[in-house]
Parts: sequence; C-alpha cells; structure tokens
Amino acid sequence: MLTISKELADRIVAHARADHPDEACGVIAGRNGVPERFIPMENAERSPTFYRFDSMEQLRVWREMDDRDEEPVVIYHSHTATEAYPSRTDISYASEPDAHYVLVSTRDDDEVEFRSYRILEGVVTEEEVRFIP
Amino acid sequence: MAIEVRIPTILRNYTDGAKAVAAEGATLDELITNLESRHPGIKDRLVDQGSLRRFVNVYLNDEDVRFLGGLGTPLSDGDTVTVLPAVAGG
Repeated sequence: MLTISKELADRIVAHARADHPDEACGVIAGRNGVPERFIPMENAERSPTFYRFDSMEQLRVWREMDDRDEEPVVIYHSHTATEAYPSRTDISYASEPDAHYVLVSTRDDDEVEFRSYRILEGVVTEEEVRFIP
Repeated sequence: MAIEVRIPTILRNYTDGAKAVAAEGATLDELITNLESRHPGIKDRLVDQGSLRRFVNVYLNDEDVRFLGGLGTPLSDGDTVTVLPAVAGG
C-alpha cells in the first residue's frame, strides 16, 4: 500500500496537468518508505507517449538523495491519452525494485486517475493508495 | 589503478549488497571486464553487443560517458564511475 499526503498527490497531478499533452515525470524522495520531498523531473523526451529522466539531472538528484539518506520512494509519470496502468515499456524499464510506481492519467479534463504499482522483474502488482491530510 | 564503482540497488545482487566496489581498468571497457571477473553476470546488465545498454546510464565522475567516449572512455586512478539505470517508460 502507498500512503501519501494529499498535498504531494496534488502536486503530482498539477505537474501532470501542466505538462499535458506531454508526459510528466518525477520522484518523491523519502526515508523508510515515507514519501516526503517532491522533485519534478524534466522529461528529456518531451513526448506524449514516452518519458525519460534527463541523465545529468538524474545523477544530481540521485546523489542528493544519497547524501540525505533518502531513497526514491515514489517514481511517477503521466499517461496523457490512456489509462493509468503501466505500459509494456514502463514494465520493461522499471529498475527501482523498492519504489512505488505512480501513474496518473490526464486523458480526462475533469477527472484524474491516480494509481500505484510495484513493478518487479516484469511483474506488475497494483496496490491500494491511502491519502492522508 | 583503483576506481570506485557505485552500484545501483537493482544490481547489488551481483555485489553481495555492496553500494560501491573497487575495480581496475584504463578504459571503461576494461573496467567492466575487470568488474565481471569479480562479480560474474554484471557485464551483461551493462553491455549489449559491444556497446552500453541504452537504458543504463554510466557516469565518469560528473559526466555521462555517452558524451565522453562510451566504452572507450579513458579512466584515471581515483576516478569514480556511477551506474544508474535510466528512469524511463511510455
């Protein structure tokens, strides 16, 4: 289960809305599995169908997390025309076994889908999301 | 020629859980070959058909080796090589 503050969840959705129709992506860093620090990332692909963290930005952010004893608790990205479910490429490139992979869909202007998954060795497991104040 | 190699979580099963290991080599290619002799299986996760895998980022100190010389990038004593799987998808 992913437990996340309403504020952080809202920031993910706001980022996804802002970058629509391109996919938005980012990280929430934290300790002991608790998401705390919101880090929006550049989508180096600037694409409506693909995302990739900029490699230099990723190095900087990963080092910073290391220095602060944090881990990438949440890795999020948006789908802009399809449901918030991991695509085949999402599954094959998933490389953080301890992360919650959050997907947001912005295909609908009014409603937002916010879902979370574990992706481990090609196997996707959806998990419950609990929003806390 | 000792070089520190920083290993991402997903590859630590090859390094007995170590976050960083030492290896040697005058180029990145040699370093990876040396790494393979110490941690069998790891090379295949980094290299495919003679070049770096597309979705693995390798950095020499603060630079992405793609902008240096790829596998041919020369290394010096005291360098740090960092491996990070790209975060990507569709």
